[in-house]
Amino acid sequence: MQILPLTTILVLFFALPTALFLIVSFFDYDRTGIYPAFMLDSYREIFTSISTLRVYGSTLKFALIVWAITLFVGFNIAYFLIFHVRNAKIRIVFFLLCAIPFFTSAIIRTIAWIPFLGRSGAFNNMLISLQLTARPLDFLLYSDFSVVIAYVYLYTLLMIGPIANSLSKIDRSLIEAARDAGASRRQIMTHVIIPLSKTGIALGSILVVTQVMGDFFVVRQMSGGQSASIVSALSTEIQAMQYPPAAANAMVLVIIVATMVACLMRVVDVRKELVK
Amino acid sequence: MTERIPRPNPIDARPWTFYALAMLFLFYMLFLYGPMLVIYTLSFQGPNGGVTFPLTGVSFEWFRDVWRPGQMANIPVAFSRSLTLASAVCTITVVISLAGGLAFRRPFPGAGAVFYLVISSLVMPGLLVGFGIGLGFQFLGLQPDLFTSALGAQLTWTLPFGLLGMFAVVNRFNRTWEEAATDLGATPLQRLRHVTVPILLPGIFGVALSAFTLSYDEYARTTLTVGAHNTLPLEIYALISSATTPMLFALGTLTTAVSFLLIGITLVVVLQMQRRRREWASRS
Repeated sequence: MQILPLTTILVLFFALPTALFLIVSFFDYDRTGIYPAFMLDSYREIFTSISTLRVYGSTLKFALIVWAITLFVGFNIAYFLIFHVRNAKIRIVFFLLCAIPFFTSAIIRTIAWIPFLGRSGAFNNMLISLQLTARPLDFLLYSDFSVVIAYVYLYTLLMIGPIANSLSKIDRSLIEAARDAGASRRQIMTHVIIPLSKTGIALGSILVVTQVMGDFFVVRQMSGGQSASIVSALSTEIQAMQYPPAAANAMVLVIIVATMVACLMRVVDVRKELVK
Repeated sequence: MTERIPRPNPIDARPWTFYALAMLFLFYMLFLYGPMLVIYTLSFQGPNGGVTFPLTGVSFEWFRDVWRPGQMANIPVAFSRSLTLASAVCTITVVISLAGGLAFRRPFPGAGAVFYLVISSLVMPGLLVGFGIGLGFQFLGLQPDLFTSALGAQLTWTLPFGLLGMFAVVNRFNRTWEEAATDLGATPLQRLRHVTVPILLPGIFGVALSAFTLSYDEYARTTLTVGAHNTLPLEIYALISSATTPMLFALGTLTTAVSFLLIGITLVVVLQMQRRRREWASRS
């Protein structure tokens, strides 16, 4: 009973629309409209076009790099906040400091990197005035580097949150017990803390990876239009009213994301950990 | 008269990792606030300046520009639209995810299926949700609008977040309080109103705040479902694709100022609530 409104909304606005573009992906189309049919042309195009495959590869590459960086930074920051900061009030202030930039629009925060990283930007000016470099560095902006920076900037909090939640639930007496039993600090980390925070790690990873896989704004803006992502290619197709190929692209992306999430959920039973 | 200096407990001594992680945290803060400082600085750009350094002067020109309905975008109207939508999304999310969070405490038929539905909805790339809903409305001959398709699209994002947040809130709740209320003869509704909700209130507040922010900042799901009237992020998006002016940074500065204000007010309210509770507890 209590769960009915939730289920209804998600079926209506998520499950049915998804089923709909699964169907449309098999449709035929021309410049004036789309026609019911069952053909695999749209899918064939995806798997035979080199440029499309390259876009998939580039999105997966970004997802992997950003995942690795945000996991490292996110875990360590969460660990610092939960285990090293002992004063509860200071901890709350630190958490707020992490969260406050997120009240500003993600779009504005993304483009703020442009005057920061640009040729005559704040960072280059700083490097020059510190005499660390003679000429402004060019690779900083409109490159893979700036795309990764923007992703890490936008999504690290998604890693910090769930991991901090898991870490804060760890019973401190377990750590003391491990120490009394003679475990080194490294052993405590690998045998106690990391296993007990794997739900947070899994949840954070799911959030970060799916955000990167679904992005169409950051990659366009920060690469200066040089790189595309799966979804930015897809949005171009939608604008051109090419619904069936867009739908086929969407289906392939959904299957990739679903497989990744399913693998993670295999390793970590997120549900059992969350609902207890 | 020498005071006894407490000797540090060897367990409490800071290991080297503390200093390493403190440095990492410091760097993360610099990383986080560096671009924010750029936003704040450039929002005071002179009237003839652009979105990059150097500053050509100091003015409030771009703050004034925010309030001026322009040709490209009407920020004040879009802002109020976003605010209304975010309030609606936030209210619906809190009520429904609280109900869901409480429901998940007991096993019920289909719990697994509902959980995977929620996770799938969470991980679905945003633009695809909007794409599907847009197609659906087109097939049904409906016009997409702020409070139908856009609201629904945003809920597919805020509800999963809200539910996961509620899990964290509800998990820390001691069931014996509810049992005590029932034993004392409370009806289920009284129990919810006078016991469960007041105890969970701080957590519910957190979920509400995050749902509001998620909706207020949403553009991927909204862009294909909003219909004729843009929300604020979509106006910003449109502005970026046409001509970028320091007005965007002025907007960012204003948002930060408002969120500091909101956080400040929230802190004061929470602290006062805690004090009232303590006084009440010491009186009885």
